[in-house]
Amino acid sequence: MTSFDVMFYVIGALTLLSAVIMVFSKNIILNAIGLLFTFFGVAGIYVMLGADFIAATQLLIYVGGILVLLLFGVMLSQRITGLEMRTGTLQVVPAAIVCVGIAAILLRIILTTPWPQAKVAAPAPTTSKIGELFMTTYLIPFEIVSVLLLAALVGAAFLGRRDAR
Amino acid sequence: MMPVGLTHFLVLGAILFCLGLLAVITKRNAVTVLMGVELIINAANINFIAFARYLDKDLDGQMFGVFVIVIAAASAAVALAIVLNIYQRMRSVNLDEADSLAG
Amino acid sequence: MDNPILTQALIVLLLPLAAFVIQIFVGKRLPRQGDWLPTSAIFIGLILAITLFGRMLANYDPAFKISHRFDWINIGSLQISFGILIDNLTVIMLVVVTLVSALVHLFSIGYMHGDVRYSRYFAYLAIFSFSMLGLVLVDNFFGIYIFWELVGLSSYLLIGHWYEKKSASDAAIKAFITTRIGDIGMLIGIMIILATLGTFGFDEVFAGVADGKLSGGLLTFAGIMIFFGAIGKSAQFPLHVWLPDAMEGPTPVSALIHAATMVAAGVYLVGRTFVFYSADALLFIGVIGTITAFIAATIAITQMDIKKVLAYSTISQLGYMVAALGVGGYMAGLFHLMTHAFFKALLFLGSGSVIHAMHHAYHELHDHHSDPQDMRNMGGLRTKMPITFATMLAATCAISGVPFFAGFFSKDAILAAALEKALTSHNPIHMVIFGTLLLCAGITAFYMFRLVYLTFFGEPAKKEVHHHAQESPTVMTVPLIVLGVLAVAGGYGHWFEDLVTKPDLAAYATTALVSPAVPEAGHEAAHTAHTMAMWLSIFAAGLGILISTAFYYWKKFSAEAMAERFKPVYNFLWNKWYFDELYAKTVLAGTHLFSRISGWFDLKVIDGLVNGVAKITVLGSRLSGWNDNKIVDGLVNLTANVVGWFGATLREVQTGRVQNYILMALGAVVLLYVLQLAFA
Repeated sequence: MTSFDVMFYVIGALTLLSAVIMVFSKNIILNAIGLLFTFFGVAGIYVMLGADFIAATQLLIYVGGILVLLLFGVMLSQRITGLEMRTGTLQVVPAAIVCVGIAAILLRIILTTPWPQAKVAAPAPTTSKIGELFMTTYLIPFEIVSVLLLAALVGAAFLGRRDAR
Repeated sequence: MMPVGLTHFLVLGAILFCLGLLAVITKRNAVTVLMGVELIINAANINFIAFARYLDKDLDGQMFGVFVIVIAAASAAVALAIVLNIYQRMRSVNLDEADSLAG
Repeated sequence: MDNPILTQALIVLLLPLAAFVIQIFVGKRLPRQGDWLPTSAIFIGLILAITLFGRMLANYDPAFKISHRFDWINIGSLQISFGILIDNLTVIMLVVVTLVSALVHLFSIGYMHGDVRYSRYFAYLAIFSFSMLGLVLVDNFFGIYIFWELVGLSSYLLIGHWYEKKSASDAAIKAFITTRIGDIGMLIGIMIILATLGTFGFDEVFAGVADGKLSGGLLTFAGIMIFFGAIGKSAQFPLHVWLPDAMEGPTPVSALIHAATMVAAGVYLVGRTFVFYSADALLFIGVIGTITAFIAATIAITQMDIKKVLAYSTISQLGYMVAALGVGGYMAGLFHLMTHAFFKALLFLGSGSVIHAMHHAYHELHDHHSDPQDMRNMGGLRTKMPITFATMLAATCAISGVPFFAGFFSKDAILAAALEKALTSHNPIHMVIFGTLLLCAGITAFYMFRLVYLTFFGEPAKKEVHHHAQESPTVMTVPLIVLGVLAVAGGYGHWFEDLVTKPDLAAYATTALVSPAVPEAGHEAAHTAHTMAMWLSIFAAGLGILISTAFYYWKKFSAEAMAERFKPVYNFLWNKWYFDELYAKTVLAGTHLFSRISGWFDLKVIDGLVNGVAKITVLGSRLSGWNDNKIVDGLVNLTANVVGWFGATLREVQTGRVQNYILMALGAVVLLYVLQLAFA
């Protein structure tokens, strides 16, 4: 058991635990906090996989952006609805059966596929390489994504207007 | 116990994916369903990056990861706007009440 | 993509798409509602296509063929590549499609003037042009299926252009669903190809067939299944019922989609994949085409709506082309496809011009009830609309096979091919095919001249309408003249025969020759067949024209008296062989089977029980009567409850809740995986 392994199990357990809280808690604020720690855990996983840039992006965008957005949504719907903080559940038993089934399928595929287990080189900083790729191979997707973001922002602003049709 | 490798990350991703699925299917509140969607996206992203690490010598997988994060952000913004809109129409964010397509 | 020809073809393809995108979003705000945008796009495409065509004539190389492809989807063993393929046939189709499309765009500017959805109409025309060009250019079965559906969609949109009219929206739905039935067959065929050969590309598939990887009964079956797509799209028997109804769309659309291009796509498909069909599949194709040609021609004799006559004539001519391919007349069928595109588009546009004039005449008379398409209300329009008359007469001569018009050459080639096959194959069916096709040539001449006589000759049926009718504006007559010239001159020269040669399956073989090349029947036989077919076809056409003239010009015989005398036959033809009724009956049976069974159950079992119980009640005491009431009620309620329970249960599936749908979809995934594990 190397320190790498220990780290994996610790971070993985943290991630899964927070995800479980996120899924099974009935309190919407607790859901959001569970999600926050899941995102942190996933960022840790990224670091372990040598993806330093993505880990940073994960923290910036998910923790800083999306989660705040979600919390904002919670508070907003809270304020205007006067909703209670609890969230109900639907069709729990069939959903549980199906999800376990899907999990079984996925695990079976993962465990039976002979993945090439070659150990890869030590992680190197990726940021500058990613930046380079963005401006060369991935230039067109990069531009398209930026247009998409703009469109999404305009669309969200339009949909979110109070007097939207 | 075998040393941590690709399989471990994939298993972690699969479990996260199924937890997200569970949230999407069972939660009544639209905002919580969105959280479940984000969980699913994260699970998929773990797979991308794990594959990039263990199978791919290039950074293609990581590039995909970046795009996934960006698009997830865009979808979250739009989805929340839609949720607010649903609220304005139905005075509720409960998805089981949004069933005007019922046969 | 360094080849200039490929680039040029791609530009031809993409221009209408660009025009569509602009037109659909901002068309309404452009000056003149943007009609000039798709029109100029298609005209530029036409010019490019004509330069390609000139290049083809200059090179005069029958083996000319270039292609380019790229990987599109790559999943493990499944690799779908996408590409374009250009050979002589493609270039000719490009010219035909862009030319007819460009002229129809031009004509529409006059015809659709003042329409409510003028800009959207042009957007739809553009998306149609794009899909049709894509269908012609693409180099694999998968791509052809995609564009196949796209032309179906644009056809649906354009038939239903005046969707406020119930008949128009009904016709659009009918066309869409009927052609879908054929498309399912086509999809099955494509899946067989994928399953056995593992590829979609035309060349690879043909190579696979040549190497014998797909052969025998399965090859025949796959060929017939692919041909099913053509049956739907090209309105072949038994799926021809949608095309006459599709005439509810604007007349220029009928000319473009339902006469010249889209309906010919089926013929093009069979031509493009010609080597794929086994002898048995070809026989099937020939028989279907012949049946279609005959049925439609006979129906066309009795119809009174000018567009209906042309619709049935289109079906009949398509049957002709399909039959030609079926008897191995590859060149003849495709040649007829080209000439037919010109003269049938001309006939439709000419009828559009007539309808336009009639419509305006009625409009000025404030008559909103008379049908501007009914030939009984026309007559004597020759003097009023000289250009329309002259061009339509040329087209009529062409379709009837009058010598020295374009249709004569192609029709003659088809008959010659059929006769040659009949003489060499010793199969009586091929003799029947030839005889029927010859008969159809006569019938075609008859009903087409009937149309001309009723519309343009004789005394005007309504004096005041005739007085108000006038020639259409220049923007509408110019396309007529261009097409008229082509209907006269389109068949000259031997370039088509020289450049579009029959593909040979053996040429695709990658391994050593599997089937030794069958020696073609001697030139002697071909020549004899050709001469004989030519005289026979002139004779049939002459006879048809003569009878028509006797009936409708000299009035030696009365058509009404004839109809009276052969009343059952007349009714049978007038009602289009009762196909619609037949389908209504069978569909009714299918959809209401369950309700009829329930009805029977209700009538016999429940009523029988009720009656029996009633008798006992009469015989029995009040007490037993009270008991029986309970039982009867119980039974009745039980059936009601059972039916109600089924309804409620099935209704539950359609909850309208997204999360339910996700759950069911995922459940299905799990189920499929388990099934796969269990059976594989």
